[in-house]
Amino acid sequence: MAFFFDLFVNGLMIGSMYALVALGFVLIYKATSVVNFAQGELVMFGGYIAAALLVLYKLPLAVALPVLLGSMIALGFIVERGVLRPMVGQNVISVVMVTVGLAQVFQGAAALLWGAQTKNIPLPIPLEPYVIWEIYLSPVNIAAAVVSGVFMVTFVWFFRKSRMGIAMRATANDQQAAMAVGINVRMVFALSWAIAGLAAALGGVLWGNLIGVDTQLALVGLKVFPAVILGGLDSVPGALVGGLIIGAVESVAAGYVDPYVGGGTKDFLPYVLMILALMVRPYGFFGREIIERV
Amino acid sequence: MVSDAPRPLLSVSNIEVIYDHVILVLKGVSLTVPEGGIVALLGANGAGKSTTLKAISGLLRTERGEVTKGAIEFRGRAIHRRNPSEVVKHGIVQVMEGRHVFEHLTVEENLLTGAYTRHNGQSTKKDLDVVYHYFPRLTERRGFKAGYVSGGEQQMVAIGRALMARPTLMLLDEPSMGLAPMLVTEIFEIVARLNRAEGVAVLLAEQNATMALQVARHGYVMENGRIVLDGDAKAISENEDIKEFYLGLTGVGQRKSYRDVKHYRRRKRWLS
Ligand SMILES: Nc1ncnc2c1ncn2[C@@H]1O[C@H](COP(=O)(O)OP(=O)(O)OP(=O)(O)O)[C@@H](O)[C@H]1O
Ligand SMILES: [Mg+2]
Repeated sequence: MAFFFDLFVNGLMIGSMYALVALGFVLIYKATSVVNFAQGELVMFGGYIAAALLVLYKLPLAVALPVLLGSMIALGFIVERGVLRPMVGQNVISVVMVTVGLAQVFQGAAALLWGAQTKNIPLPIPLEPYVIWEIYLSPVNIAAAVVSGVFMVTFVWFFRKSRMGIAMRATANDQQAAMAVGINVRMVFALSWAIAGLAAALGGVLWGNLIGVDTQLALVGLKVFPAVILGGLDSVPGALVGGLIIGAVESVAAGYVDPYVGGGTKDFLPYVLMILALMVRPYGFFGREIIERV
Repeated sequence: MVSDAPRPLLSVSNIEVIYDHVILVLKGVSLTVPEGGIVALLGANGAGKSTTLKAISGLLRTERGEVTKGAIEFRGRAIHRRNPSEVVKHGIVQVMEGRHVFEHLTVEENLLTGAYTRHNGQSTKKDLDVVYHYFPRLTERRGFKAGYVSGGEQQMVAIGRALMARPTLMLLDEPSMGLAPMLVTEIFEIVARLNRAEGVAVLLAEQNATMALQVARHGYVMENGRIVLDGDAKAISENEDIKEFYLGLTGVGQRKSYRDVKHYRRRKRWLS
């Protein structure tokens, strides 16, 4: 049983990092209706910047972190203004293809700027695991869970209570009505991308620290799809729960099944879940059905 | 006529509106709204009432419409090239046809969105109290999702939300639509009170001419993208043609209601 809990709890902590990445994706989808296939690459780019600042330029963490967060927020803004805004009104496939293109551009740019070889992100986190009730908790995972958790709680507060957060939800609900009450919808779009950039920056540091920074880091983005389909494409709590479920499931499954099949369970099981979820609840566990009055 | 008034609050001069670059909908519409007045804009389905209001609020552009001729001035300043957010900051808010409440937000959150253009937390609180004062029913509903309150309450949310922007001029598009007669009366009374007590001027687009002419001082009748008649509310309601065609009163006093013809549907606009 301890083995199970060990896998489960560490899986949840990894899941919180999926949730962080998924949050950015959901936010962009909710506010601007863009399905962003470059979310993983955004995370990768964040990881690259972090590695460059810490390793290449040898900046202390306290300096590197604000620079990283600032540049990723800026990157989000720039992508929205420069690339997606001109696409407003185009058909869904064109917009999706633009984000697919963006993903490749990020990969190329990161490799060109900082090289393709794997870098690590040194964080002042001890390696020795804590043992609580026979469960081994890796400090890296704990740190990841804490950072993701704090970010998400802050975000949810912002989204629910602040003036801008309410404006974002209003825009997601009815764009034209949002304009009618004077909400600056363009600002909301830009802000969604900026926050997604911020989440990607944190995701990049955490994931980069865990698995190293190279273009492969972008693959964490692929796990975002099962997470958000499970939770509901347009649901912020859904992103959180979906991320946690994916993390826990893949960890537990890998622990029990991998020894028999020689590995790889992690890579496909989330997608099996995604397909099942689509068949049972197409709008996710937290996604909203459309309220319609006729 | 209002021509003897000083300078009108709003003046729309001879505007032409084209949708999708080809569909000519307004063919030279002119009207004025005096400071603190209530003006009715009447007409049947498709006459161009909503289009006129959207031209003023700037919402036209979200529907691929464009003001191609004429001018719209608010307090002497041209506003027809501005985006809706700027128009709201100038003091004009449109309450859209079909209410368009944010269904997934609570009633109170809906009201708060109306204060978006003003950044003052203190006065926002006070304005909420003002809205609850005019719409006491909303007080009990403040924590409910707006999608699940009644149609009349949604209309109150829509008007209250607009009020939160502290407008000088409210563009009200068919507030009576789909509501029971008693509720229509209630809402029109509140609009009249708002006008009297808060000094909000109202441009009221309605098919329900009987109700509209009871609260308005002045009226315009639209047909096919043109103003075909304008005058004192009383004079209009006594005009024989108007009685026949727009008040839905035939010689023997039967009523035809356009309300029955219309229904509305709202969806999330993700994919549009
Ligand atoms: N987005 C649009 N694109 C093309 N044509 C439009 C658009 N919106 C309205 N129209 C057309 O413009 C004309 C006027 O429409 P409008 O909605 O202004 O009328 P209305 O007087 O408000 O009618 P109703 O009482 O039904 O609300 C109609 O013929 C309508 O078909
Ligand atoms: Mg209309």
